[in-house]
Amino acid sequence: MFVWFHKLASPPYFYRLAGRLAPWLAWASLIVILAGLYGGLWLAPPDYQQGDGFRIIYVHVPSAWMSLFIYVVMALAAAIGLIWRMKLAHAVSAAAAPLGAAFTFLALVTGSLWGKPMWGTYWVWDARLTSELVLLFLYFGYLALHRAFEDQRSGDRAGAILALVGIVNVPIIHYSVKWWNTLHQGPTVFFGARADIAPSMYIPLFIMIIGFMLYFAAFVLKRLQVEILSRERHTAWVQELAGKP
Amino acid sequence: MNSAALVRRDLRLAYRRRGELATPVVFFIIVTALFPLALGSEPQLLRRLAPGVIWVAALLASLIGQDSLFKNDYEDGSLEQMLLSPAALEWLTLLRVLTHWLVTGLPLVILSLLMGLLLNYPLDSLDVLAGSLLLGTPVLSFLGAVGAALTVSLRRSGMLLPILVLPLTVPVLIFGAAAAERAMQGEPVAAPLYFLAAMLVLAVTLAPFAIAGGLRVSLES
Repeated sequence: MFVWFHKLASPPYFYRLAGRLAPWLAWASLIVILAGLYGGLWLAPPDYQQGDGFRIIYVHVPSAWMSLFIYVVMALAAAIGLIWRMKLAHAVSAAAAPLGAAFTFLALVTGSLWGKPMWGTYWVWDARLTSELVLLFLYFGYLALHRAFEDQRSGDRAGAILALVGIVNVPIIHYSVKWWNTLHQGPTVFFGARADIAPSMYIPLFIMIIGFMLYFAAFVLKRLQVEILSRERHTAWVQELAGKP
Repeated sequence: MNSAALVRRDLRLAYRRRGELATPVVFFIIVTALFPLALGSEPQLLRRLAPGVIWVAALLASLIGQDSLFKNDYEDGSLEQMLLSPAALEWLTLLRVLTHWLVTGLPLVILSLLMGLLLNYPLDSLDVLAGSLLLGTPVLSFLGAVGAALTVSLRRSGMLLPILVLPLTVPVLIFGAAAAERAMQGEPVAAPLYFLAAMLVLAVTLAPFAIAGGLRVSLES
């Protein structure tokens, strides 16, 4: 187990492994997302109140889910990087952060587009949209801090500390904003509890979430390959890979 | 460096740089005074906005001084002495932040009483307004110190610090302004004040570790 763990942490090994896995994951995500979209846009019946407008849920909810999921991944990788001084873990944080920011942005945009027909305005200071906005700012903070350091290792570790402070704060921010105001419809999909929407509506939603996860996995591996190459550019194996004698 | 000596030194330095320390306080007054100029001086409107305006102004003012929290010590090497001292760096940073709050945060709390009067905030609720700031501004100091520790080795930390820290201060702002707002409406204020107190406990117990960690990273680079 530990041997495998150490092997995994070795950049050349991980680089090759990521290169082998990424295409499979990318194709799988494409197929799953197409299946989910078919289920969501054709098979699922229109909502009795919102009509076809509700179908944006199939992009909105998976994006919002990913935005939080990626922050947790980032913070976990940051903790691993700080505790075991694993360089690769820091690379994971750095590779995941822009994807997380992108999903957060997508969740905000789709939420706002959904708000126009439902609430009559593009932006409402509703609790969950507001916490998504704060989450986007947290991602920006991480990216800005990480890039501000000239020394890669300092940037990694400073960013890791900020990510950990952020993950402690995310639930506090979420519940304080919820306490502050809520207009949003109640959660449609709540894990563990009975979802109060029809199976034909939520099954495509779960398929979409799985598709988004696969997409994230494929692209975080691709980004990691780039990160590893740029971080290890002075090592022999990268030089060899680049075809230099 | 033992802890009493550190506090004494910080207070003495603060006293000698009175002018610099007055900046956040003056900033707080000016920002608060800008709102009536922009929004009109109608007493009802000002009263309605007072809790939010005072809290936002206090939040921004508390960020202003944070940039210099560790800067001088970083530049003259005292920070390395703190790191090398037998006392835990976490403990020393805790003392440093509390001392800093005493000379920059506490004046804001006291001045908020005056600003409340200027904005027509009801007199009999001023105690809740000041109380919410008394509980909230130390939390802001701790969060700001995390940002200051992470950015102390960077040249353009002044720009970066608010981006790092402001998103983290959202809960403090929400509960602080809510307490002041509810007091004005005559509603019970225990809930937001308890939340502020809980966040203060979290900040005092957890933030020093993040601050010390940030300082270690900054000193290594």
